[in-house]
Parts: sequence; C-alpha cells; structure tokens
Amino acid sequence: MPLAIEVNQVHKRFAAVRALDGVSLEISQGEFFGLLGPNGAGKTTLISVLAGLARADSGRLRVMGYDVVTQYQHARRLIGVVPQELVFDPFFTVRETLRIQSGYFGLRDNDVWIDEIIERLDLTDKAYANMRQLSGGMKRRVLVAQALVHKPPVIILDEPTAGVDVELRQGLWRFVRELNQAGHTVVLTTHYLEEAEALCNRIAMLKQGLIVALDTTRNLLCEVAGVRLRLRLAPDRLPESLAAYAVAHDGGSRILALDSYAQIENALAQLRAQRIEVQELEVLQADLEDVFVQMMRRQ
Amino acid sequence: MSGFRTLLYKELLRFWKVSFQTIAAPILSALLYLLIFSHALESRVQVFPGVVYTSFLVPGLAMMSLLQNAFANSSSSLIQSKITGNIIFVLLTPLSPLEIFTAYVLAAAARGVLVGLGVLLATAGLAHVPLQHPLWALAFALLGGGILAALGIIAGIWADKFDQLAAFQNFIIIPLTFLAGVFYSVRSLPAFWQHASHLNPFFYMVDGFRYGFFGAADVAPHVSLAAVAGCFIALSTLSLRLLQTGYKLRN
Repeated sequence: MPLAIEVNQVHKRFAAVRALDGVSLEISQGEFFGLLGPNGAGKTTLISVLAGLARADSGRLRVMGYDVVTQYQHARRLIGVVPQELVFDPFFTVRETLRIQSGYFGLRDNDVWIDEIIERLDLTDKAYANMRQLSGGMKRRVLVAQALVHKPPVIILDEPTAGVDVELRQGLWRFVRELNQAGHTVVLTTHYLEEAEALCNRIAMLKQGLIVALDTTRNLLCEVAGVRLRLRLAPDRLPESLAAYAVAHDGGSRILALDSYAQIENALAQLRAQRIEVQELEVLQADLEDVFVQMMRRQ
Repeated sequence: MSGFRTLLYKELLRFWKVSFQTIAAPILSALLYLLIFSHALESRVQVFPGVVYTSFLVPGLAMMSLLQNAFANSSSSLIQSKITGNIIFVLLTPLSPLEIFTAYVLAAAARGVLVGLGVLLATAGLAHVPLQHPLWALAFALLGGGILAALGIIAGIWADKFDQLAAFQNFIIIPLTFLAGVFYSVRSLPAFWQHASHLNPFFYMVDGFRYGFFGAADVAPHVSLAAVAGCFIALSTLSLRLLQTGYKLRN
C-alpha cells in the first residue's frame, strides 16, 4: 500500500528566505496528521508544493505513490486542498461553483455527492445564492466542499477554522472525523493546538523550514513535554537529588518536572529513602501547547 | 464533462452572465464609431472603387471589436483570478497546460466573434456590405480572435496589477488596432508609414478580414493569412510555455 504522502528532502526558497530547508516526511493512509508551526514556518509552502501550487527547488513529493510533478494529473485527482485564504469566484452560485469544480476533475453526474456535501456542510439554504452574498463562515464551508467534491483520499486543510464560529468548527470536525474514519487521510494545519491534540494521531512541527518534531501525539505529550508531579510532602522538603527537578513550591505543594513517566518511581524511591511521606500526589497532564512552546524554544 | 469542457463552459458562462457589459457595450461603441466617422467622411473618402466609405468601415470595425474583446476576455479572466486568488481552483486540478490554454483561447475567441457578429448585424441596416468570400472572413476572424486571446493569456499572466494590464491594453493593443487600417486603407499613407503598417500584425488581420467581404485588399489574402497564422503559432507557443513553466502562477 503506497504512502498517502511522501516528502523527500524538499527545498524551496523565496529570494533569501528558506521556506523549506530539506523537509522529509511520510504520512500513511488513514492517518489524521497535524502540521504545526508558527507563522512563516513553511506549512503553507509545503502544502503548496504538494498540491502543485508551487514548485519545489529540489526534492521529491508523492501523493498516494504518484510524483506531484511528473505524474501531476494522477496526484491531483487524489488530493483535496482547503486553502487558507478565503477565495471565491464572484460570478457563480454555490451549486455552480461545486459543479464546475467537479467538472474540472472530469466527474459527470456528481450531483448526488454534491447534494450530500451541501447538506453536511449546512449549505442547503445557500445552494443557489451567489458566492458574493455569503458570509465569511459560509464561504469557508464552500471551500471545504470544493476540496471534497472529487472525493479525494487525501484531504489537506490549511487552517480551516481560522476566524470561524464554534458551530461551524464543531460541525466541520465531526464531518472530517467521519471522513477519516471512512479511510481518508487528513492533514491539518492549525494554530488552535487543542484542536490538533484532540484530532491528530501524529504531528510534525515546523520551524524556519525545518521539521523540529515528528512523532505520535501521545509520544510528544509524554516524552517531549515530560511529566509534572504535584506533591504534598511531610516534612515539606526535598532530597538534594530531586532539587534540580523542582519548578514550583506553592501553598505546601511542590511541583517536579520529570523527563518521563519512568522517573516517577525513582523519585518516590528517593523520597522513601529520606523518610519523607507523600501525603498527596497528582500527575499533571502536559498539553500540546507545552510541547509546542518547548520545541520552538529548544531549536 | 471532461475538465477541459468544464473550463471552457465556465469561461463562456463568465462573460455571458455579464453580457450587457461584455457583448452589448462594445457593439454600441462600434455603432457610434460608424455613425460619427461615416457622417464626417462618407462624401469625402472612397477607398475601394465602388465601395462607399460607410461600407468600407463596417468590416474593419467588426474586426477591431472582435480583437479587443478577445484580448479583454482572457486577460481579465486571468488577472481577476490571480488577484482574487481563485485561480487556485484551476491550478489544483489535473487540467494540463494545453487544456487550460485551449479553453481560455476558445472562450475568448467566442466572445470576440460574438461581438464582431453583433457589429455586423447591428450595422446591417446602415450600410450594404457584401460577403464575397465568407471562408476567408471566417478564417481571419477565428485566427485574429485566437491571436488576441493568446496575447490576453500572456498579458494576464505577466501583469501583477490591473493598471499593468490597462497599460498593456492602452499602449499596445489599442494603438496597434487603430493603426491597422480600420478607418483607412494603408495605401493612402506615405511610403514610410505604409512600410511601418506592414510590420503591424493587426493590419493583416483587418485587411484579410475585409478581403472576405469586398474581394479587395491592400495585401494578397494568402500573404495576410500566412502572417496571421505565423503570429498565432508564435503567441500560442509562448503562452503555452508560460503555462507549462507556471510563470507567475505556480510560485
């Protein structure tokens, strides 16, 4: 089974700026993959070279096994992109827009699927409205519909929830989750890290055109962010061997920042050896924002 | 619908939806030119023997309108799509550069031919214009429309702003069409300007098209056809190359 996406040593420069500086990445079919990074990290450039909107200076990219340059017609049939910018063609209605986009992919008689995505994205009332008459949120829904109109196995969403209301966000994620469960590979870029944490099973973090983290969301949360323990001790003191891990001492509680879960038992053993009683113990869950901040600072 | 046919349909629908502006307005402009110039010059100028000036003017005006509107269609479609960003809806698809080129050229040439036909119909009651060689007229109409459509693609890709496109139109397209012998025969010009006119490819389009109506022209029609066909091949090759390399589109 070919990989959904294969990126191999891709470089792309814009004048003096290295937008992508040797990026390599593999995404398997069926993954829900997060592509995170600060503004200007190279996320949209990577999506653009994958989708054929820009050309890489060097390196190879494949979608479902097809090279995006030499086999672009196959590759583009298999990928659907929701762009970051709110773009639309002011000459057409929503239904015309979707029928035209479907036709570009050579799809005849696609009205059943078009009706379904119109309904799923709550566009039924606006199906015959001109694109100019739609609100920003509605235009965003049409962009999602356009990306899905040819039922691509690989779906790329470039900040799809930027500036949209909670209702659309929740509805969109329900729909995209269902598509993922049905076997579609989903690649998501977002600045809402809680969304990425909740949805993505694997994450890559980009900074200045380089991948600085690439792992499962679980591993990133456990191994990169480490583990924080909140302890209430009697007597309220720490052995010297644990002093370096202390990050806070507040109201009788101490917080230790450990590198991994494996260190918890070691820390407890040292407390026992010093006859310090653990009266309360709480493992504090790190979130993706902690990992993100840590990774961006580390590099 | 294949991708190509859809893009062609979209481009046709795009100008048809605003046909008052894209079809009716240029026909009215041509009609005004005809009324004013024929009123001023009818009794003073006779270009071809037995052909009154108003009749002489009609095919030239029809061709001028055809050329300007073919250019306007492909160039405005591309620049609007680039500036608003919706060009990505085409760039994300499996459409090949040849399919994109052909769809834009056919749609732009169709608008040009519709406007040209509209000018001929609208002026039918004002002047008698014979159609002695319809196939020659059709060949020049289609090739002229194709050339300006291809030129529109080049200008639309090259221009980053509307004023750059307007400059292309005002400083290249309009002077070349006005100096192509629409309102006069180049034989009436001094020798230097006659030679200069022969370097203007628009002259061959207008002169060849007029031959289709009157059976008379400043240059033999096969010479004009060769010049026009060569021009079409050169500009088509250049615009196809721009689409293939993704110049200013895929970067």
